[in-house]
Amino acid sequence: MKRWETVIGIEVHTQLLTRSKMFCGCANDYAGAAPNTHVCPICLGAPGMLPVVNAQALDYGIMAALALQCEVPEFSWFERKNYPYPDLVKGFQLTQYSYPIGAHGQVEVEVGGEARPIRVRRVHLEEDTAKNTHVNVMGESYSLVDCNRAGVPLMEIVTEPDARSPEEAVAYLKKLRDILVFLGIASGRMEEGAMRLEANVSVRTAEEAAAGVLRKRCEVKNLNSFESVRQALEFEVERQIDLYERGEEVQQVTMGWDALNGRTVVQRSKEEAHDYRYFPEPDLPPLRFSQEHIESVRVRLPELRHEICGRYVNDLGLDPYRADLLSQSRGFAEFFERCLSGCGNVERISNLLLGDFMAQVNERQLSLDDCSQLPIPAEELAALARHWDAGQLTGPQVKQLLPHMFTTGQSLTEAKQALDIRVVGAADELLPVIEEVLAANPDAVEKVRAGNDKVLKFLVGQVMKATRGQAAPGEVNRLLEERLRS
Amino acid sequence: MSELYQLTIEQAAQGLRAREFSSVELTRSVLQRIGQVEGELGSFIEVTEEAALTMAQAADERLAGGAAPPLCGIPGGIKDLIATEGIQTTAGSKILEGYRPVHDATVVERLRADGYVLVGKCNQDEFAMGSSSETSAYLTTRNPFALDSVPGGSSGGSAAAVAAEEAFFSLGTDTGGSIRQPASLCGIVGIKPTYGRVSRWGVIAMASSLDQVGPFARTVKDAALVLESIAGRDERDATSTSRPVPSYAAVCGQDIEGLRVGVPREYFIEGMQPEVEQAVRAAVAELERLGAEAVEISLPHTEYALPTYYLIMPCEVSANLARFDGIRYGVPQPGETMWEAYSKTRGAGFGAEVKRRIMLGTYALSAGYHDAYYVRAQKVRTLIKQDFDQAFGQVDTIVCPASPTTAFRFGEKMDDPVQMYLSDVFTLAASLAGLPGLVLPCGFDQESKPIGLQLIAPHWQEETLFRVAHAFEQSTPWSQPACRDRLQVGRGGAA
Repeated sequence: MKRWETVIGIEVHTQLLTRSKMFCGCANDYAGAAPNTHVCPICLGAPGMLPVVNAQALDYGIMAALALQCEVPEFSWFERKNYPYPDLVKGFQLTQYSYPIGAHGQVEVEVGGEARPIRVRRVHLEEDTAKNTHVNVMGESYSLVDCNRAGVPLMEIVTEPDARSPEEAVAYLKKLRDILVFLGIASGRMEEGAMRLEANVSVRTAEEAAAGVLRKRCEVKNLNSFESVRQALEFEVERQIDLYERGEEVQQVTMGWDALNGRTVVQRSKEEAHDYRYFPEPDLPPLRFSQEHIESVRVRLPELRHEICGRYVNDLGLDPYRADLLSQSRGFAEFFERCLSGCGNVERISNLLLGDFMAQVNERQLSLDDCSQLPIPAEELAALARHWDAGQLTGPQVKQLLPHMFTTGQSLTEAKQALDIRVVGAADELLPVIEEVLAANPDAVEKVRAGNDKVLKFLVGQVMKATRGQAAPGEVNRLLEERLRS
Repeated sequence: MSELYQLTIEQAAQGLRAREFSSVELTRSVLQRIGQVEGELGSFIEVTEEAALTMAQAADERLAGGAAPPLCGIPGGIKDLIATEGIQTTAGSKILEGYRPVHDATVVERLRADGYVLVGKCNQDEFAMGSSSETSAYLTTRNPFALDSVPGGSSGGSAAAVAAEEAFFSLGTDTGGSIRQPASLCGIVGIKPTYGRVSRWGVIAMASSLDQVGPFARTVKDAALVLESIAGRDERDATSTSRPVPSYAAVCGQDIEGLRVGVPREYFIEGMQPEVEQAVRAAVAELERLGAEAVEISLPHTEYALPTYYLIMPCEVSANLARFDGIRYGVPQPGETMWEAYSKTRGAGFGAEVKRRIMLGTYALSAGYHDAYYVRAQKVRTLIKQDFDQAFGQVDTIVCPASPTTAFRFGEKMDDPVQMYLSDVFTLAASLAGLPGLVLPCGFDQESKPIGLQLIAPHWQEETLFRVAHAFEQSTPWSQPACRDRLQVGRGGAA
C-alpha cells in the first residue's frame, strides 16, 4: 500500500460589511427584505448604467491583504468575467483577475501542536450575483431572480494547495474566519451564505510530492459548516485514494457534499466550457494605492484574535485552551480585560467567565459579540470576584448570585440583599455553631484529633450546612483546627 | 431668414430675451417644420410634441423671470441611444422597443436643467453600429441635401434633424466617427469631445473605452454652447474628468495667427473622392490665409487604426450587449428552456450587424485568440496614440477629411460590411487616442453633397478646435445657414 499525501487548496468567498454595494449606492443589508427591493438601475444592469467603486470595500480589501501578510500592489484593476446566466444581470461579473488587491501572503495554522504556514495565493474583490430560486407553480416550473444580492461586495481568498489534511484545512478556515471577523469586515456567518467555502482536493505519492508533481484535483462544493468541511474532505480523500489503488483514474470534476448521505457526488456543471474572456473593465480607471495610504490602513488594523490569544498566553500566563476561549470574540475579550482591571486575579476571572458565567450565557442563548448588552456589566463581575477573593463570598454563594444577577440585572449589592446573602466570618458567630456540630459528631471529633484531614473537611461541611452556606469556609477551617488540634 | 426654425441658437436666444418671440412659438415653428419634412426625411424614431410644448411653456416662464442659460427654450433632439426619463429609448433596436428609462442620462439632466425643449428621439444605426443609419430597426433617415443618399451614421437622425432645421441642435454619440462622419455628410457642425469630457451615464454603451456624447449644430458657436451645457465631471461616471469646463463660446472670434496646423499625409489616400481631397486642401489654404502655418506631418500607424478599432470595439460590444436577455427589460421571446429563451430573444431582437459584431468580439476575446487579437490591438492602440503625441509636439491642431466620400446612396455599402467600415478611416484613429475631433462643412461636390473638414486637437483642447473652426466658418460660405438653399427637403420659407 503506497503512502498517500493529501493536497488541499481552499477558496473562500466572503461578503463584506460595507454600508453599500460594491459598485452602486444601494444599501448592503438585504437580509429579510422582499425580493428586488434593494436595487437600482446600476445593480439591475439597466442599459447605460456605469459602476463606481466602493471605497470602503477597497480599504477592507487592503486590510484583509495586510492581515493575511499579502503584498498590496501599487495598482490594481477590475476585469469583466463574461458568461450568460440569469443571475448575472450584466452578462458579466466585475471581478479581479490579473491584478488582485493582494497576493503572496500566508496564514499560520496549528494542528496537533505543529504550526505550518498555509500560503495565500491571492485576495481579490468582486461583486456578488443575484439569487436564483426555482419554483413549481401549478405544474409549471419557474426560475425567479432576486437582484437584492446582485452587486454586494465579495472578497475571494485563494490558498496554494498547502493543506495536508482535512484538519489543517479546517484549522485554516477557522483562523481565516477569525481574521475576517476581528478585522470587522465580515460576519463570518456561513449559515447565512455570508461566507462560502470550496476546496480543491487531490492526493499524490511521497515521490510525487518530492518532485512537486500534482495529480488531478476535484473541486468540492456545498460545504456549509466547518464540520461538513472536515467530513467532506475526509470522504473525498478516501474516494480518490480508493480509485487510485484500484488502478482507476480520478476525473477532474466538481463534487458536491451530500451531508444527508455522507458522501461527495458529481455535480452537473452550469455550462460546458468556462472561457470567461477576461478583459480590463473600461468603465473604471485603474486603482492606485500610494504607500502612504497602505500604511495608513496598516496602522489602523485592529488586534486580531491570534494576537489577543498570544497576549493572554504570554502576558497573563493563561493556558492556550482558556486563552482561545476568552478571545472568541473581540467583545468577550474586551469584557474579560475590563473584568481584570477591576480584579487582577487572572485565574479567578477566567474561571468565573468560562465556568458559571458562560453556563448562564449558554442557557439564556445570549451573544458574546457585544458584551455591553449582557445583564451583568464587567464592573459587577469584577466586584463579585474581588469579594470572593477577600473571603466575603463563598463559592456556593457565587453560584446563587450569578443566575439571579443575570435574570434581574441587579448589582452585586442589590443581589446580595435580595437573596439575603452574607458571609459569616466573625468568630463569635461561628463558634456557637461549631460547638453544636462538634457535639453532634463525637466520633468525627476523635478522628480529627487523631490527624484525619478528610473528616475535618466533613466537619467544615457540616458547619457550612448549618449556616446555610454563609460561613466563610476558610475561617471555619481555621477555628476547627484551633479548637481540635491546638 | 423668414422662419423661426431657421435661426441659430445664438439668434434664437437673442430673440427670446428681446421678447421677439416665445419658446412656445419657437417650438411650434420647429414642430411645423417637422410636420413638413419628416415624412420625407425620417430623422426621428419618436417626435415628442406634447413634452416639447410643456417644456417650452416652462422655459418661457423661466425666461420671463430673468437670467436663464443660453439653451433655455431652445428645441433640440436626442439620439435614441441616450436615456430620456419616461420616454422611449430604443438604441435603434427592436430589442428595446417600448423601453422607458426610469432616469434621464446625465447629459439630458444637464440640458433639462438649462431649460431646453425636447422635440424628439433621433434615429440611428442599431446600437450605434454603422456609418449610414441604415441598420436602424425602425425607419430610414435620408440626407437632407440628397434624399437618395444616406445621412451617415450612426447618429444619422441627429445630423439630419439639425441640417433640415427640425431642431436647433441635437446630441449624438461618437465611438469611431458617429458624430463626425454624419456631420460631414450632412454639412453641419459636429464634435466628439475628448474621451472623459462628457459623462456617459445613461448612454447605452457600445464600446466603453471609446464612446462619447457630443452636439450637432448649424454653427460653430452653437455647438460650443451645447458642449458647455453638457460637459463636466459626473460622479456617476468614473471615467469623466474633473477638469473644469472652459467657456468654449468665448474663444469663438479669436484669430488663429501663428497657429500650427498639421496636415497628415496618411489621410490623403487612394480611393478617396477627389472632390473631398480638393475641398480639404483648399480649406488648409484658407487657414493659411487666415494666418495659420500648415505643416505636413506623418501619423505612421494610421493604416492600423481600422483593424485595431474593429477588434477592440466588438470585444467591448460583446460584453456590453450581453445584458439584453429580455428578463429585466426589453422584448422577450419565449422558449422551452432558459437557453432557448435567451437565443430567441436576442435572435429576434438584434439585427445582422449587431450579431456580427457580438460574434466577432466574442471570438477575438476567446481563449487562444485573446492575446493575438484583443491584447495586440490594445498595444497597437498605444502606438496610434503615440503618433498623435508626437505630432502635437510639432503642431497645435491637425486638419484632415472626415469621410473619404460624400454621402453614398442607400444600399451601396450594405452588401460588404468592410466597405461600410472603410467610411470611418479618417475618424477612427482620433477615437482610439481619445482625442477631440470637430467637423464643419468646407464645400460641396458636383452633386451638391456636403464635404466636411475635420479638426483634431490634443486632449482637453476643445478650445483650439472651436477657435480654428469659428475662424474658418466666418471667412467661408459653407455653413448650413449660408447653404440652406441647397437642401433638397422643404427648403422654402414660404412652402
